[in-house]
Amino acid sequence: MSSVLPRDARRPASGGGPAVSRGFRATSMRQWGAAVAFVLVMLLVPLVASTFHLSVLTLIFLFAFVGVAWNLMMGFAGQLSLGHALYFGAGAYLVAILAERYGITPWLGLPLSFALGAALGCIVGALGFRFAVRGVYFALLTIAFAEFARIVFEHWGFVGRTGGFFLKALGPDNVPLLSLRGDSLFFYYALLMSLVGAWALAALLVRSPIGYRWRALRDDEDAARALGVRAFRMKLLVAAVSGGLTAIAGGWFGLIGGSLFPDSVFGMRISIEMILAPVIGGMGTLFGPILGAFLVIPLNEVSRDLAQSLGINGLNLLLYGVLLMAVIIVAPGGCWPWLARRLRLSDAGNR
Amino acid sequence: MTILEVRNLTKRFAGLVAVDDVSFDVEKGSITALIGPNGAGKTTAFHLIAGALTPSEGSIRFEGREIVGRTPEELCSMGIARTFQIVRPLLGMTVLENVMVGALNRAPKLAEARAVAADLLHRIGLGAKADAPASTLTLPDRKLLETAKALATRPRLLMLDEVMAGLRPSEADRVTAVLHSFRDDGVTILLIEHVMRVVMAIAQKVVVLHHGKALAQGAPAAIAADPRVIESYLGRKAERR
Repeated sequence: MSSVLPRDARRPASGGGPAVSRGFRATSMRQWGAAVAFVLVMLLVPLVASTFHLSVLTLIFLFAFVGVAWNLMMGFAGQLSLGHALYFGAGAYLVAILAERYGITPWLGLPLSFALGAALGCIVGALGFRFAVRGVYFALLTIAFAEFARIVFEHWGFVGRTGGFFLKALGPDNVPLLSLRGDSLFFYYALLMSLVGAWALAALLVRSPIGYRWRALRDDEDAARALGVRAFRMKLLVAAVSGGLTAIAGGWFGLIGGSLFPDSVFGMRISIEMILAPVIGGMGTLFGPILGAFLVIPLNEVSRDLAQSLGINGLNLLLYGVLLMAVIIVAPGGCWPWLARRLRLSDAGNR
Repeated sequence: MTILEVRNLTKRFAGLVAVDDVSFDVEKGSITALIGPNGAGKTTAFHLIAGALTPSEGSIRFEGREIVGRTPEELCSMGIARTFQIVRPLLGMTVLENVMVGALNRAPKLAEARAVAADLLHRIGLGAKADAPASTLTLPDRKLLETAKALATRPRLLMLDEVMAGLRPSEADRVTAVLHSFRDDGVTILLIEHVMRVVMAIAQKVVVLHHGKALAQGAPAAIAADPRVIESYLGRKAERR
Protein backbone atom coordinates (compact mmCIF):
# COMPACT_ATOMS: atom_id res chain seq x y z
CA MET A 1 0.00 0.00 0.00
CA SER A 2 2.61 2.46 1.07
CA SER A 3 4.57 1.97 -2.13
CA VAL A 4 1.45 2.70 -4.14
CA LEU A 5 0.28 5.83 -2.43
CA PRO A 6 3.14 8.24 -3.17
CA ARG A 7 3.11 7.24 -6.82
CA ASP A 8 -0.50 8.25 -7.14
CA ALA A 9 -0.01 11.38 -5.13
CA ARG A 10 2.75 12.37 -7.50
CA ARG A 11 0.97 11.64 -10.71
CA PRO A 12 -1.64 14.40 -10.94
CA ALA A 13 1.00 17.04 -10.26
CA SER A 14 2.88 16.11 -13.41
CA GLY A 15 -0.08 16.22 -15.78
CA GLY A 16 -3.35 17.80 -16.62
CA GLY A 17 -4.39 20.97 -18.31
CA PRO A 18 -5.04 24.12 -16.35
CA ALA A 19 -8.76 23.76 -15.64
CA VAL A 20 -8.76 20.03 -16.12
CA SER A 21 -8.46 17.30 -13.52
CA ARG A 22 -8.50 19.44 -10.43
CA GLY A 23 -11.56 17.56 -9.25
CA PHE A 24 -9.88 14.34 -10.25
CA ARG A 25 -6.94 15.12 -8.04
CA ALA A 26 -8.99 15.85 -4.93
CA THR A 27 -11.25 12.84 -5.45
CA SER A 28 -8.30 10.61 -6.09
CA MET A 29 -6.74 11.62 -2.79
CA ARG A 30 -10.00 11.06 -0.94
CA GLN A 31 -10.33 7.65 -2.54
CA TRP A 32 -6.86 6.61 -1.49
CA GLY A 33 -7.58 8.00 1.95
CA ALA A 34 -10.70 5.87 2.16
CA ALA A 35 -8.75 2.80 1.05
CA VAL A 36 -6.06 3.34 3.68
CA ALA A 37 -8.65 3.94 6.38
CA PHE A 38 -10.43 0.73 5.40
CA VAL A 39 -7.25 -1.33 5.64
CA LEU A 40 -6.32 0.20 9.01
CA VAL A 41 -9.75 -0.62 10.43
CA MET A 42 -9.56 -4.15 9.06
CA LEU A 43 -6.10 -4.65 10.59
CA LEU A 44 -7.58 -3.85 14.01
CA VAL A 45 -10.80 -5.83 13.71
CA PRO A 46 -9.33 -9.11 15.09
CA LEU A 47 -8.88 -7.37 18.44
CA VAL A 48 -12.61 -7.42 18.93
CA ALA A 49 -13.98 -10.05 16.54
CA SER A 50 -14.81 -13.66 17.34
CA THR A 51 -13.38 -16.60 15.41
CA PHE A 52 -16.67 -16.97 13.58
CA HIS A 53 -16.69 -13.34 12.53
CA LEU A 54 -13.10 -13.63 11.40
CA SER A 55 -13.93 -16.59 9.18
CA VAL A 56 -16.88 -14.73 7.65
CA LEU A 57 -14.64 -11.72 7.03
CA THR A 58 -12.05 -14.01 5.47
CA LEU A 59 -14.70 -15.29 3.10
CA ILE A 60 -15.64 -11.68 2.34
CA PHE A 61 -12.01 -10.90 1.49
CA LEU A 62 -11.82 -14.00 -0.72
CA PHE A 63 -14.90 -13.04 -2.69
CA ALA A 64 -13.84 -9.41 -2.83
CA PHE A 65 -10.54 -10.69 -4.27
CA VAL A 66 -12.18 -12.72 -7.04
CA GLY A 67 -14.65 -9.88 -7.52
CA VAL A 68 -11.78 -7.49 -8.17
CA ALA A 69 -10.32 -10.00 -10.65
CA TRP A 70 -13.58 -10.64 -12.50
CA ASN A 71 -14.40 -6.94 -12.49
CA LEU A 72 -11.17 -6.14 -14.33
CA MET A 73 -12.39 -8.28 -17.18
CA MET A 74 -16.08 -7.36 -17.25
CA GLY A 75 -16.29 -4.04 -15.44
CA PHE A 76 -13.27 -2.42 -17.04
CA ALA A 77 -12.64 -4.28 -20.29
CA GLY A 78 -16.22 -5.30 -21.03
CA GLN A 79 -15.58 -9.02 -21.55
CA LEU A 80 -18.32 -11.08 -19.95
CA SER A 81 -16.94 -14.27 -18.44
CA LEU A 82 -19.39 -16.62 -16.77
CA GLY A 83 -16.79 -19.35 -16.49
CA HIS A 84 -14.27 -17.90 -14.05
CA ALA A 85 -14.65 -21.15 -12.09
CA LEU A 86 -12.16 -22.55 -14.61
CA TYR A 87 -9.38 -20.38 -13.21
CA PHE A 88 -10.59 -20.69 -9.61
CA GLY A 89 -10.67 -24.48 -9.77
CA ALA A 90 -7.39 -24.77 -11.65
CA GLY A 91 -5.63 -22.63 -9.06
CA ALA A 92 -7.26 -24.49 -6.18
CA TYR A 93 -6.23 -27.92 -7.44
CA LEU A 94 -2.75 -26.81 -8.49
CA VAL A 95 -1.84 -25.35 -5.09
CA ALA A 96 -3.35 -28.28 -3.22
CA ILE A 97 -1.76 -30.95 -5.41
CA LEU A 98 1.67 -29.32 -5.27
CA ALA A 99 1.47 -29.04 -1.49
CA GLU A 100 0.01 -32.46 -0.79
CA ARG A 101 1.63 -34.69 -3.41
CA TYR A 102 4.95 -32.97 -3.97
CA GLY A 103 5.51 -31.06 -0.77
CA ILE A 104 5.85 -27.78 -2.65
CA THR A 105 5.03 -24.79 -0.49
CA PRO A 106 2.11 -22.56 -1.50
CA TRP A 107 4.66 -19.75 -1.48
CA LEU A 108 5.61 -21.27 -4.83
CA GLY A 109 2.21 -22.81 -5.55
CA LEU A 110 0.30 -19.54 -5.47
CA PRO A 111 2.55 -17.74 -7.99
CA LEU A 112 2.42 -20.87 -10.16
CA SER A 113 -1.36 -20.84 -9.93
CA PHE A 114 -1.27 -17.25 -11.16
CA ALA A 115 0.78 -18.40 -14.14
CA LEU A 116 -1.61 -21.29 -14.80
CA GLY A 117 -4.69 -19.05 -14.53
CA ALA A 118 -3.08 -16.48 -16.80
CA ALA A 119 -2.21 -19.15 -19.36
CA LEU A 120 -5.76 -20.55 -19.28
CA GLY A 121 -7.13 -17.02 -19.58
CA CYS A 122 -4.98 -16.52 -22.66
CA ILE A 123 -6.16 -19.78 -24.21
CA VAL A 124 -9.85 -19.08 -23.69
CA GLY A 125 -9.32 -15.45 -24.63
CA ALA A 126 -7.31 -16.21 -27.76
CA LEU A 127 -9.98 -18.59 -29.01
CA GLY A 128 -12.76 -16.14 -28.31
CA PHE A 129 -11.09 -12.93 -29.35
CA ARG A 130 -9.32 -14.27 -32.43
CA PHE A 131 -12.55 -15.51 -33.91
CA ALA A 132 -14.42 -12.37 -32.81
CA VAL A 133 -16.71 -14.25 -30.45
CA ARG A 134 -18.28 -11.34 -28.65
CA GLY A 135 -20.74 -10.73 -25.83
CA VAL A 136 -23.09 -13.54 -24.95
CA TYR A 137 -21.31 -16.00 -27.22
CA PHE A 138 -18.03 -15.33 -25.48
CA ALA A 139 -19.78 -15.89 -22.15
CA LEU A 140 -21.06 -19.24 -23.41
CA LEU A 141 -17.55 -20.19 -24.47
CA THR A 142 -16.23 -19.45 -20.98
CA ILE A 143 -18.98 -21.58 -19.41
CA ALA A 144 -18.13 -24.42 -21.76
CA PHE A 145 -14.48 -24.36 -20.72
CA ALA A 146 -15.33 -24.36 -17.00
CA GLU A 147 -17.80 -27.20 -17.41
CA PHE A 148 -15.29 -29.15 -19.45
CA ALA A 149 -12.76 -28.78 -16.64
CA ARG A 150 -15.32 -29.87 -14.05
CA ILE A 151 -16.15 -33.02 -15.98
CA VAL A 152 -12.49 -33.86 -16.53
CA PHE A 153 -11.76 -33.52 -12.81
CA GLU A 154 -14.81 -35.59 -11.90
CA HIS A 155 -13.32 -38.47 -13.87
CA TRP A 156 -9.64 -38.00 -13.08
CA GLY A 157 -8.43 -40.58 -10.58
CA PHE A 158 -5.30 -38.62 -9.66
CA VAL A 159 -7.40 -35.85 -8.05
CA GLY A 160 -9.91 -38.15 -6.41
CA ARG A 161 -12.72 -37.78 -8.95
CA THR A 162 -16.03 -36.65 -7.43
CA GLY A 163 -14.84 -37.96 -4.06
CA GLY A 164 -12.64 -34.90 -3.72
CA PHE A 165 -9.04 -34.03 -2.97
CA PHE A 166 -7.98 -33.43 0.62
CA LEU A 167 -5.14 -31.70 2.36
CA LYS A 168 -3.72 -33.44 5.41
CA ALA A 169 -4.92 -32.12 8.73
CA LEU A 170 -2.47 -29.67 10.24
CA GLY A 171 0.01 -31.21 12.65
CA PRO A 172 1.33 -29.59 15.86
CA ASP A 173 4.57 -28.74 14.07
CA ASN A 174 2.78 -26.69 11.40
CA VAL A 175 4.33 -23.31 10.72
CA PRO A 176 1.63 -21.13 9.13
CA LEU A 177 4.16 -18.84 7.50
CA LEU A 178 5.69 -21.83 5.70
CA SER A 179 2.63 -23.94 4.88
CA LEU A 180 0.37 -20.89 4.42
CA ARG A 181 -2.21 -22.79 6.43
CA GLY A 182 -3.20 -21.89 9.95
CA ASP A 183 -6.00 -20.77 12.19
CA SER A 184 -8.73 -18.31 11.29
CA LEU A 185 -6.62 -15.38 12.44
CA PHE A 186 -3.83 -16.41 10.07
CA PHE A 187 -6.18 -16.74 7.11
CA TYR A 188 -7.84 -13.46 8.02
CA TYR A 189 -4.60 -11.54 7.66
CA ALA A 190 -3.40 -13.60 4.71
CA LEU A 191 -6.55 -12.89 2.71
CA LEU A 192 -6.63 -9.25 3.79
CA MET A 193 -3.09 -8.81 2.49
CA SER A 194 -3.90 -10.71 -0.72
CA LEU A 195 -6.93 -8.51 -1.26
CA VAL A 196 -4.88 -5.37 -0.74
CA GLY A 197 -2.34 -6.68 -3.23
CA ALA A 198 -4.94 -7.60 -5.85
CA TRP A 199 -6.73 -4.31 -5.37
CA ALA A 200 -3.52 -2.30 -5.68
CA LEU A 201 -2.59 -4.18 -8.86
CA ALA A 202 -6.06 -3.53 -10.28
CA ALA A 203 -5.88 0.14 -9.29
CA LEU A 204 -2.49 0.60 -10.92
CA LEU A 205 -3.58 -1.12 -14.13
CA VAL A 206 -6.88 0.72 -14.35
CA ARG A 207 -5.23 4.09 -13.84
CA SER A 208 -2.49 3.35 -16.37
CA PRO A 209 -2.80 3.79 -20.14
CA ILE A 210 -3.80 0.13 -20.25
CA GLY A 211 -6.87 0.91 -18.14
CA TYR A 212 -7.91 3.68 -20.51
CA ARG A 213 -7.66 1.27 -23.42
CA TRP A 214 -9.64 -1.39 -21.58
CA ARG A 215 -12.43 1.05 -20.81
CA ALA A 216 -12.45 2.25 -24.41
CA LEU A 217 -12.86 -1.36 -25.57
CA ARG A 218 -15.64 -1.86 -23.06
CA ASP A 219 -17.55 1.19 -24.25
CA ASP A 220 -17.20 0.61 -28.00
CA GLU A 221 -14.74 -1.85 -29.47
CA ASP A 222 -14.90 -0.55 -33.04
CA ALA A 223 -14.48 3.06 -31.96
CA ALA A 224 -11.60 2.06 -29.70
CA ARG A 225 -9.84 0.23 -32.52
CA ALA A 226 -10.26 3.26 -34.77
CA LEU A 227 -8.44 5.20 -32.04
CA GLY A 228 -5.55 2.76 -32.25
CA VAL A 229 -6.38 0.46 -29.35
CA ARG A 230 -4.88 -2.97 -30.05
CA ALA A 231 -8.02 -4.86 -29.19
CA PHE A 232 -6.70 -8.43 -29.29
CA ARG A 233 -3.62 -7.72 -27.23
CA MET A 234 -5.50 -5.67 -24.64
CA LYS A 235 -8.23 -8.29 -24.22
CA LEU A 236 -5.68 -11.06 -23.91
CA LEU A 237 -3.90 -9.06 -21.22
CA VAL A 238 -7.04 -8.57 -19.15
CA ALA A 239 -7.98 -12.24 -19.51
CA ALA A 240 -4.51 -13.21 -18.28
CA VAL A 241 -4.48 -10.89 -15.27
CA SER A 242 -8.06 -11.72 -14.33
CA GLY A 243 -7.55 -15.46 -14.76
CA GLY A 244 -4.28 -15.38 -12.86
CA LEU A 245 -5.71 -13.51 -9.88
CA THR A 246 -8.76 -15.76 -9.80
CA ALA A 247 -6.50 -18.80 -9.71
CA ILE A 248 -4.69 -17.36 -6.68
CA ALA A 249 -8.05 -16.93 -4.97
CA GLY A 250 -8.81 -20.55 -5.80
CA GLY A 251 -5.50 -21.55 -4.27
CA TRP A 252 -6.40 -19.80 -1.03
CA PHE A 253 -9.84 -21.39 -1.09
CA GLY A 254 -8.24 -24.84 -1.08
CA LEU A 255 -5.79 -23.94 1.67
CA ILE A 256 -8.57 -22.54 3.87
CA GLY A 257 -11.03 -25.39 3.40
CA GLY A 258 -8.58 -28.25 3.08
CA SER A 259 -10.87 -30.12 0.72
CA LEU A 260 -11.68 -29.70 -2.96
CA PHE A 261 -14.50 -31.14 -5.02
CA PRO A 262 -14.81 -30.59 -8.78
CA ASP A 263 -18.32 -29.27 -8.40
CA SER A 264 -17.46 -26.85 -5.60
CA VAL A 265 -14.56 -25.15 -7.42
CA PHE A 266 -15.34 -25.69 -11.13
CA GLY A 267 -19.16 -25.60 -10.95
CA MET A 268 -21.46 -23.01 -12.49
CA ARG A 269 -22.51 -22.04 -9.01
CA ILE A 270 -19.10 -20.67 -8.05
CA SER A 271 -18.89 -18.82 -11.38
CA ILE A 272 -22.14 -17.09 -10.55
CA GLU A 273 -21.30 -16.44 -6.89
CA MET A 274 -18.07 -14.81 -8.03
CA ILE A 275 -19.84 -12.17 -10.07
CA LEU A 276 -22.50 -11.20 -7.52
CA ALA A 277 -20.20 -9.04 -5.42
CA PRO A 278 -18.96 -6.88 -8.32
CA VAL A 279 -22.40 -6.68 -9.91
CA ILE A 280 -24.07 -5.63 -6.67
CA GLY A 281 -21.17 -3.45 -5.58
CA GLY A 282 -20.70 -1.77 -8.93
CA MET A 283 -18.99 -3.03 -12.07
CA GLY A 284 -16.23 -0.89 -13.46
CA THR A 285 -15.41 0.61 -10.08
CA LEU A 286 -12.39 -0.15 -7.96
CA PHE A 287 -14.27 -0.35 -4.67
CA GLY A 288 -17.49 -1.94 -5.90
CA PRO A 289 -16.42 -5.58 -5.63
CA ILE A 290 -15.24 -5.05 -2.06
CA LEU A 291 -18.43 -3.31 -0.97
CA GLY A 292 -20.41 -5.96 -2.83
CA ALA A 293 -18.66 -8.77 -0.97
CA PHE A 294 -19.48 -7.07 2.34
CA LEU A 295 -23.15 -7.11 1.34
CA VAL A 296 -23.41 -10.49 -0.36
CA ILE A 297 -21.44 -12.79 1.94
CA PRO A 298 -23.12 -11.78 5.24
CA LEU A 299 -26.49 -11.97 3.52
CA ASN A 300 -25.60 -15.45 2.38
CA GLU A 301 -24.61 -16.47 5.92
CA VAL A 302 -27.71 -15.02 7.52
CA SER A 303 -30.06 -16.41 4.95
CA ARG A 304 -28.50 -19.86 5.15
CA ASP A 305 -28.98 -19.89 8.92
CA LEU A 306 -32.50 -18.63 8.43
CA ALA A 307 -33.17 -21.25 5.76
CA GLN A 308 -31.93 -23.99 8.09
CA SER A 309 -33.95 -22.87 11.09
CA LEU A 310 -37.08 -22.44 9.00
CA GLY A 311 -36.40 -25.59 7.01
CA ILE A 312 -36.76 -23.78 3.70
CA ASN A 313 -34.06 -24.90 1.31
CA GLY A 314 -32.78 -22.35 -1.15
CA LEU A 315 -33.98 -19.33 0.82
CA ASN A 316 -30.55 -17.76 0.43
CA LEU A 317 -30.83 -18.01 -3.34
CA LEU A 318 -34.21 -16.34 -3.17
CA LEU A 319 -32.75 -13.53 -1.08
CA TYR A 320 -29.87 -13.20 -3.53
CA GLY A 321 -32.38 -12.79 -6.32
CA VAL A 322 -34.33 -10.16 -4.41
CA LEU A 323 -31.14 -8.26 -3.53
CA LEU A 324 -30.01 -8.35 -7.14
CA MET A 325 -33.36 -7.02 -8.34
CA ALA A 326 -33.36 -4.31 -5.69
CA VAL A 327 -29.89 -3.16 -6.79
CA ILE A 328 -30.88 -3.17 -10.44
CA ILE A 329 -33.92 -1.04 -9.68
CA VAL A 330 -32.50 1.34 -7.06
CA ALA A 331 -28.86 1.64 -8.12
CA PRO A 332 -28.40 0.17 -11.59
CA GLY A 333 -24.70 0.99 -11.60
CA GLY A 334 -24.22 -0.87 -8.33
CA CYS A 335 -24.08 0.22 -4.70
CA TRP A 336 -20.64 1.80 -4.74
CA PRO A 337 -21.37 4.63 -7.23
CA TRP A 338 -24.54 5.33 -5.25
CA LEU A 339 -22.66 5.39 -1.95
CA ALA A 340 -19.66 7.24 -3.35
CA ARG A 341 -21.82 10.11 -4.58
CA ARG A 342 -23.07 10.50 -1.03
CA LEU A 343 -19.58 10.31 0.44
CA ARG A 344 -18.26 12.64 -2.27
CA LEU A 345 -15.72 10.03 -3.28
CA SER A 346 -16.76 9.64 -6.87
CA ASP A 347 -15.91 11.47 -10.01
CA ALA A 348 -17.08 10.62 -13.46
CA GLY A 349 -13.77 9.51 -14.86
CA ASN A 350 -12.63 7.44 -12.03
CA ARG A 351 -15.70 5.63 -10.93
CA MET B 1 2.68 14.07 -53.96
CA THR B 2 -0.02 11.47 -53.44
CA ILE B 3 -0.64 10.23 -49.90
CA LEU B 4 -3.63 7.99 -50.66
CA GLU B 5 -4.14 6.06 -53.87
CA VAL B 6 -7.46 4.30 -54.32
CA ARG B 7 -7.63 2.01 -57.34
CA ASN B 8 -10.64 0.08 -58.66
CA LEU B 9 -12.12 -0.11 -55.20
CA THR B 10 -15.18 -2.36 -55.16
CA LYS B 11 -17.35 -3.61 -52.32
CA ARG B 12 -20.22 -6.01 -52.90
CA PHE B 13 -22.77 -6.88 -50.26
CA ALA B 14 -24.92 -9.87 -51.28
CA GLY B 15 -26.26 -8.61 -54.58
CA LEU B 16 -25.62 -4.94 -53.94
CA VAL B 17 -22.53 -3.17 -55.23
CA ALA B 18 -22.06 -0.39 -52.68
CA VAL B 19 -18.75 0.82 -54.10
CA ASP B 20 -18.17 0.10 -57.76
CA ASP B 21 -14.71 0.38 -59.31
CA VAL B 22 -13.82 3.68 -57.68
CA SER B 23 -10.39 5.22 -58.20
CA PHE B 24 -9.09 8.52 -56.90
CA ASP B 25 -5.99 10.10 -55.40
CA VAL B 26 -5.61 12.29 -52.36
CA GLU B 27 -2.75 14.78 -52.52
CA LYS B 28 -0.58 15.18 -49.46
CA GLY B 29 -1.46 18.27 -47.48
CA SER B 30 -4.74 18.81 -49.29
CA ILE B 31 -8.37 18.74 -48.26
CA THR B 32 -10.36 16.39 -50.45
CA ALA B 33 -14.12 16.03 -50.21
CA LEU B 34 -16.18 12.96 -51.04
CA ILE B 35 -19.71 14.03 -51.93
CA GLY B 36 -22.80 12.42 -53.34
CA PRO B 37 -26.42 11.65 -52.55
CA ASN B 38 -27.44 9.38 -49.68
CA GLY B 39 -26.60 5.77 -50.45
CA ALA B 40 -23.91 6.70 -52.96
CA GLY B 41 -21.32 4.59 -51.12
CA LYS B 42 -19.35 7.35 -49.39
CA THR B 43 -19.41 5.84 -45.92
CA THR B 44 -18.72 2.35 -47.29
CA ALA B 45 -15.68 3.75 -49.09
CA PHE B 46 -14.55 5.23 -45.77
CA HIS B 47 -14.98 1.91 -43.97
CA LEU B 48 -12.89 0.23 -46.68
CA ILE B 49 -10.06 2.75 -46.44
CA ALA B 50 -10.07 2.69 -42.63
CA GLY B 51 -9.98 -1.10 -42.46
CA ALA B 52 -13.42 -1.54 -40.90
CA LEU B 53 -14.52 -3.42 -44.03
CA THR B 54 -12.49 -5.50 -46.47
CA PRO B 55 -12.82 -4.59 -50.16
CA SER B 56 -14.11 -7.20 -52.60
CA GLU B 57 -11.62 -5.90 -55.14
CA GLY B 58 -9.17 -3.11 -55.65
CA SER B 59 -6.18 -1.65 -53.91
CA ILE B 60 -5.60 1.15 -51.44
CA ARG B 61 -2.12 2.53 -51.00
CA PHE B 62 -1.22 4.86 -48.16
CA GLU B 63 2.15 6.59 -48.48
CA GLY B 64 3.01 4.04 -51.12
CA ARG B 65 2.16 1.00 -48.99
CA GLU B 66 -0.73 -1.34 -49.74
CA ILE B 67 -3.12 -1.21 -46.76
CA VAL B 68 -5.91 -3.55 -47.80
CA GLY B 69 -6.24 -6.23 -45.11
CA ARG B 70 -4.83 -4.18 -42.27
CA THR B 71 -6.82 -3.77 -39.07
CA PRO B 72 -8.23 -0.40 -38.01
CA GLU B 73 -5.75 -0.20 -35.13
CA GLU B 74 -2.80 -0.87 -37.43
CA LEU B 75 -4.00 1.83 -39.79
CA CYS B 76 -4.40 4.21 -36.89
CA SER B 77 -0.83 3.67 -35.79
CA MET B 78 0.29 4.08 -39.43
CA GLY B 79 -1.30 7.52 -39.36
CA ILE B 80 -4.88 7.19 -40.59
CA ALA B 81 -7.63 8.42 -38.29
CA ARG B 82 -11.34 8.44 -38.98
CA THR B 83 -14.56 9.60 -37.40
CA PHE B 84 -17.85 7.75 -37.52
CA GLN B 85 -20.87 9.28 -39.21
CA ILE B 86 -23.03 7.96 -36.40
CA VAL B 87 -20.89 9.31 -33.59
CA ARG B 88 -19.40 6.79 -31.21
CA PRO B 89 -18.40 8.48 -27.98
CA LEU B 90 -17.02 6.21 -25.25
CA LEU B 91 -19.99 6.70 -22.98
CA GLY B 92 -18.45 5.40 -19.77
CA MET B 93 -15.61 7.92 -19.90
CA THR B 94 -15.30 11.66 -19.58
CA VAL B 95 -14.85 13.92 -22.59
CA LEU B 96 -11.17 14.35 -21.74
CA GLU B 97 -10.64 10.61 -21.31
CA ASN B 98 -12.27 9.96 -24.69
CA VAL B 99 -9.69 12.15 -26.35
CA MET B 100 -6.89 10.74 -24.20
CA VAL B 101 -7.51 7.24 -25.60
CA GLY B 102 -6.67 8.61 -29.03
CA ALA B 103 -3.78 10.68 -27.74
CA LEU B 104 -2.18 7.62 -26.08
CA ASN B 105 -1.24 6.47 -29.58
CA ARG B 106 1.60 8.91 -29.92
CA ALA B 107 1.90 10.07 -26.33
CA PRO B 108 2.28 6.86 -24.34
CA LYS B 109 2.55 8.65 -20.99
CA LEU B 110 -0.75 9.54 -19.33
CA ALA B 111 0.32 13.04 -18.34
CA GLU B 112 1.43 13.75 -21.88
CA ALA B 113 -1.76 12.32 -23.38
CA ARG B 114 -3.81 14.36 -20.93
CA ALA B 115 -2.04 17.55 -21.97
CA VAL B 116 -2.51 16.80 -25.69
CA ALA B 117 -6.18 16.00 -25.14
CA ALA B 118 -6.85 19.09 -23.02
CA ASP B 119 -5.22 21.30 -25.63
CA LEU B 120 -7.25 19.77 -28.45
CA LEU B 121 -10.52 20.12 -26.55
CA HIS B 122 -9.72 23.74 -25.91
CA ARG B 123 -9.02 24.36 -29.59
CA ILE B 124 -12.18 22.66 -30.75
CA GLY B 125 -14.33 24.46 -28.21
CA LEU B 126 -15.06 21.68 -25.73
CA GLY B 127 -12.56 22.81 -23.10
CA ALA B 128 -15.21 23.72 -20.58
CA LYS B 129 -16.75 20.26 -20.81
CA ALA B 130 -13.52 18.26 -20.47
CA ASP B 131 -14.47 16.64 -17.18
CA ALA B 132 -18.10 15.97 -18.10
CA PRO B 133 -19.13 12.38 -18.79
CA ALA B 134 -19.29 11.91 -22.58
CA SER B 135 -22.84 10.62 -22.14
CA THR B 136 -24.01 14.11 -21.13
CA LEU B 137 -22.96 15.77 -24.40
CA THR B 138 -25.48 17.03 -26.94
CA LEU B 139 -25.27 15.72 -30.50
CA PRO B 140 -23.37 18.77 -31.86
CA ASP B 141 -20.89 18.43 -28.99
CA ARG B 142 -20.56 14.73 -29.72
CA LYS B 143 -19.66 15.61 -33.30
CA LEU B 144 -16.95 17.93 -32.00
CA LEU B 145 -15.74 15.20 -29.64
CA GLU B 146 -15.61 12.72 -32.52
CA THR B 147 -13.33 15.10 -34.43
CA ALA B 148 -11.16 15.77 -31.38
CA LYS B 149 -10.72 12.03 -30.75
CA ALA B 150 -9.54 11.44 -34.31
CA LEU B 151 -7.21 14.44 -34.23
CA ALA B 152 -5.74 13.25 -30.94
CA THR B 153 -4.22 10.20 -32.67
CA ARG B 154 -2.06 12.71 -34.57
CA PRO B 155 -2.89 11.34 -38.01
CA ARG B 156 -1.22 12.18 -41.28
CA LEU B 157 -4.48 11.36 -43.05
CA LEU B 158 -7.64 12.45 -41.28
CA MET B 159 -10.94 11.04 -42.54
CA LEU B 160 -14.03 12.90 -41.40
CA ASP B 161 -17.50 11.50 -42.02
CA GLU B 162 -20.03 14.34 -41.93
CA VAL B 163 -18.62 16.03 -38.84
CA MET B 164 -20.29 19.32 -39.71
CA ALA B 165 -23.80 17.91 -40.00
CA GLY B 166 -26.00 19.36 -37.28
CA LEU B 167 -23.48 21.98 -36.19
CA ARG B 168 -24.49 25.62 -35.94
CA PRO B 169 -22.71 27.81 -38.50
CA SER B 170 -20.50 29.28 -35.78
CA GLU B 171 -19.49 25.80 -34.63
CA ALA B 172 -18.91 24.65 -38.20
CA ASP B 173 -16.67 27.67 -38.73
CA ARG B 174 -14.68 26.82 -35.62
CA VAL B 175 -14.22 23.22 -36.78
CA THR B 176 -13.22 24.51 -40.22
CA ALA B 177 -10.64 26.74 -38.60
CA VAL B 178 -9.26 23.83 -36.56
CA LEU B 179 -9.10 21.66 -39.68
CA HIS B 180 -7.27 24.42 -41.52
CA SER B 181 -4.74 24.73 -38.73
CA PHE B 182 -4.10 20.98 -38.83
CA ARG B 183 -3.89 21.07 -42.62
CA ASP B 184 -1.30 23.81 -42.25
CA ASP B 185 0.60 21.47 -39.91
CA GLY B 186 0.72 18.97 -42.78
CA VAL B 187 -2.31 16.80 -42.03
CA THR B 188 -4.11 15.60 -45.15
CA ILE B 189 -7.88 15.60 -44.85
CA LEU B 190 -10.42 13.46 -46.65
CA LEU B 191 -13.97 14.31 -45.74
CA ILE B 192 -17.50 13.26 -46.50
CA GLU B 193 -19.72 16.29 -46.32
CA HIS B 194 -23.23 17.33 -47.24
CA VAL B 195 -22.82 20.96 -46.31
CA MET B 196 -21.83 22.32 -49.74
CA ARG B 197 -20.92 25.67 -48.25
CA VAL B 198 -18.17 23.90 -46.29
CA VAL B 199 -17.06 21.75 -49.20
CA MET B 200 -16.71 24.66 -51.57
CA ALA B 201 -14.91 26.73 -48.97
CA ILE B 202 -12.26 24.25 -47.83
CA ALA B 203 -11.78 21.47 -50.39
CA GLN B 204 -9.14 21.64 -53.10
CA LYS B 205 -10.56 18.57 -54.76
CA VAL B 206 -14.00 17.01 -54.84
CA VAL B 207 -14.86 13.41 -55.72
CA VAL B 208 -18.52 12.81 -56.56
CA LEU B 209 -19.91 9.35 -55.90
CA HIS B 210 -23.18 8.24 -57.42
CA HIS B 211 -24.64 4.73 -57.14
CA GLY B 212 -21.25 3.56 -55.95
CA LYS B 213 -19.38 4.93 -58.96
CA ALA B 214 -17.03 7.88 -59.14
CA LEU B 215 -19.10 10.20 -61.30
CA ALA B 216 -16.66 13.09 -61.47
CA GLN B 217 -13.64 14.50 -59.72
CA GLY B 218 -11.81 17.77 -59.84
CA ALA B 219 -11.63 21.26 -58.38
CA PRO B 220 -14.78 22.46 -56.55
CA ALA B 221 -15.60 25.12 -59.13
CA ALA B 222 -15.35 22.63 -62.00
CA ILE B 223 -17.47 20.11 -60.10
CA ALA B 224 -20.13 22.69 -59.33
CA ALA B 225 -20.37 23.44 -63.05
CA ASP B 226 -20.32 19.81 -64.22
CA PRO B 227 -23.68 19.02 -65.85
CA ARG B 228 -23.60 15.37 -64.72
CA VAL B 229 -23.07 16.43 -61.12
CA ILE B 230 -25.82 19.02 -61.28
CA GLU B 231 -28.12 16.43 -62.80
CA SER B 232 -27.41 13.71 -60.27
CA TYR B 233 -26.68 15.57 -57.07
CA LEU B 234 -26.46 19.33 -56.81
CA GLY B 235 -29.34 20.14 -59.10
CA ARG B 236 -31.71 17.64 -57.61
CA LYS B 237 -30.84 18.86 -54.19
CA ALA B 238 -31.45 22.47 -55.23
CA GLU B 239 -34.85 21.53 -56.64
CA ARG B 240 -35.83 19.85 -53.39
CA ARG B 241 -35.25 23.06 -51.56
